[in-house]
Amino acid sequence: MTNYFLKRLIQSVLVMLVVAFVSFSLFNFVGDPVHNMVGQEASTEKRQEIREKLGLNDPVYIQFLRFVRNASVGEFGISYQLRRPVAELISERLPATLELVFISALIAIVSGVAFGVYTGINRDGFLSNVILILSLFGVSLPTFVIGILFIYLFSVILGILPSFGRGEVVDIGFWSTGFLTLSGIKAIILPSITLSLFQMTYIIRLVRAEIMEILQTDYIKFARARGIKKNIINFKHALKNGLIPVITITGINVGTLIAFSIITETVFQWPGMGFLFINAVHFVDIPIMSAYLIMVAFIFVMINFIVDIAYYFIDPRIRIKEETSSE
Amino acid sequence: MKKILNIFLSLIVVGLVSPLFAASIKWSMPGDSLTLDPHAQNEGPTHMVSRQVYESLVTRGIDMSLEPQLATSWEATDPETWVFTLRDGVTFSNGKALRASDVVFSINRALSGASDMIELIDSITSVKALNPSTVEIKTEGPNPILLNQLSQIFIMSEGWSKQNGCELSQDFDASEETYCSINAMGTGPFKITLREQDTRTVFERNDSWWGDQSQHNIDRIELLPIKNDATRVAALLSGDIDFTNFTPAQDINRINSSSSHKVESTPQARTVFFGMDQGSDELRSSNIKGANPFKDKRVRLAMYHALDMDAIKDKVMRGLSQPAGMITYPGVQGYTDALDARLPYDPELSKKLLAEAGYPDGFEVTLDCPNNRYINDEAICVAAVGMFAKVGVKVNLDAQPKSIHFKDLQNDLSDFYMLGWGVPTFDSHYVYSFLLSSEGSWNKVGFSDARVDELVGTMLTETNLDKRNANIAEAWAIVQDNMPYLPLHHQVISWGSKGNVNVPIRTNNEPLFRHAKVN
Repeated sequence: MTNYFLKRLIQSVLVMLVVAFVSFSLFNFVGDPVHNMVGQEASTEKRQEIREKLGLNDPVYIQFLRFVRNASVGEFGISYQLRRPVAELISERLPATLELVFISALIAIVSGVAFGVYTGINRDGFLSNVILILSLFGVSLPTFVIGILFIYLFSVILGILPSFGRGEVVDIGFWSTGFLTLSGIKAIILPSITLSLFQMTYIIRLVRAEIMEILQTDYIKFARARGIKKNIINFKHALKNGLIPVITITGINVGTLIAFSIITETVFQWPGMGFLFINAVHFVDIPIMSAYLIMVAFIFVMINFIVDIAYYFIDPRIRIKEETSSE
Repeated sequence: MKKILNIFLSLIVVGLVSPLFAASIKWSMPGDSLTLDPHAQNEGPTHMVSRQVYESLVTRGIDMSLEPQLATSWEATDPETWVFTLRDGVTFSNGKALRASDVVFSINRALSGASDMIELIDSITSVKALNPSTVEIKTEGPNPILLNQLSQIFIMSEGWSKQNGCELSQDFDASEETYCSINAMGTGPFKITLREQDTRTVFERNDSWWGDQSQHNIDRIELLPIKNDATRVAALLSGDIDFTNFTPAQDINRINSSSSHKVESTPQARTVFFGMDQGSDELRSSNIKGANPFKDKRVRLAMYHALDMDAIKDKVMRGLSQPAGMITYPGVQGYTDALDARLPYDPELSKKLLAEAGYPDGFEVTLDCPNNRYINDEAICVAAVGMFAKVGVKVNLDAQPKSIHFKDLQNDLSDFYMLGWGVPTFDSHYVYSFLLSSEGSWNKVGFSDARVDELVGTMLTETNLDKRNANIAEAWAIVQDNMPYLPLHHQVISWGSKGNVNVPIRTNNEPLFRHAKVN
């Protein structure tokens, strides 16, 4: 048992280190931060001096080791661009992203499951076909196009929802929330729907396939033969079993939502972490980029770690294998 | 009945007139000021925000001419010494009066530590307060463009800065932010009352401002940065913002077609051009080995005649550019219309010149372009590549983000590149010292002319203005004859706003809300 945990933990740390190293080596190709940090008047000597000061002249592995040493004590340095501590910048923007992701995940799951079940049960209904065709757009249209279309329709033409930003926010301790004001709630509608569309269509298709498959199984046939009501079969037997893969996939996809939010946040000027990151890329703000990538890696690794641990409890096969091999 | 009608009418009048007395503007641009510390970043949007709050000894008005601001008069007591008399009755927004010691403190602050303004004013050797309202500045050798440089140096309060622990501009390797980078306190017409970086910055009228409050009617400015062009335009059209000084060219017709919005355009204080490396013995990316085609003036002229800038203006820039014949723009000391007139577009002449230079079949070279720095930068390069191909020069395009493009330029890795140059001092010396002096840090074309170098030196020391202007004219004559750079065009900028919002447009793209009116 502890053996299994320890192994997973070591694996997770290794994955984090590898991700950090790969992203760190990539920074050598994104350009020269010094050019963005000084005015065009700056002399070559001054540029060189700053490079030296920031340690940009050192080999990549030295820079990497220095970064790991600082990161392990929670020190991510000062943003080149904003001249503020990176940890503070990220924690300021974390609530905006998490609220957006939370609402998006909620929309994606609730409507994804509902539409999925409906289209699974009414396979050839007219409405099912409409939903499926619409979901094709959701999968194939890029997020930023959908976002711009929404803005154009709901802000410019209809004028009912704000075109950008987060509205008024209320600070509760370290957390700034947009859920407590009308403008905050209005502001989250368009970006969260935009962000949820891809996941939603994904879930629709997954649930639909699961339901259709389960409806063909023997125990459903027997249930029908026993004369059990259709609704009970559909929702109690079929849906319950169909949801298991959805739960697994959705857990991991929450990580993807955070990653996808970069584009949605840029289109809607949502003041979250993805927006911070994209600005950092333009500026070659290495401290922010590395901290962000580490954090995303950490989120994915954590989710995977939890899933692995959960499997240990859910799936007896893993437990048995582990116990026999450790003896 | 009549009484009611009177009341009713007067209400309407009040309703129509009262917005004149108090108004607010929601302003948007793609990025935010990087820091409120006025000396930490020498960067456009950062200065745009600081200038609403901080003021300088002298400043540039709407038409970019120099005007007194915190100093009312100045004189050069000898070629290396300037004495400035400060304006009476100026107070900072915390109520403390402006004193000469604040000016001394601010200039020294801009000259030390991690200030980004050091290079701009590094000719200053000492600053001292002669009495509470007089400041003496000494320069290393005569400096005829000191006033231009000082217009970029904002004056802070010594007491406020020291009290809050930011006597020095913040350093890159500091571990904490400074108070001055998230707060601002100046002598200007507005004060910042709320600052959420990248999200919202609120400015409110500073009632104790010394200037003429009647030239504007703005009570409150809200800066709401929107990075995405389409979103910013949508926000303007839907009324979520009132004004933007960054209007994408492709959306101008859309905004103009709305009856309640308008767009104004003006040539920007920035010229875009191509540089050709004529200093190296061999081009890195060319098929010609052992020789450098760009060393031959005829080849450089051939490249010039091959470019149809009017076509680029119509097709690529949607009419929003001003084809250029020199690499600096109207308003800069030394600019003349005659110099700025383009040589004709003439592909036949190009071919003839190339043949004369010994390249009848042309040659191959790589053009390096940024793709996120100038307006339509990559599209201009794509169009130019096609034009060069018509005269037989095979140009391979390498378009990259600015942080890579400028890194390669700095490392002397480019044969042929795009560059744009703005001139904050509005003087040719700025162009020469960086782009044309053989020592210039941005002279990546390897242009070197002994007479030009000599003239660059005299531009900095000659205090007789007529003689100095003659020097500048002579230098331009030499440069235009050699054509080390291929001038393309002066950029044109556009400001979009609601129909009732009037912010006078300025060629440096910096709005001055002290002159703004909302009707």
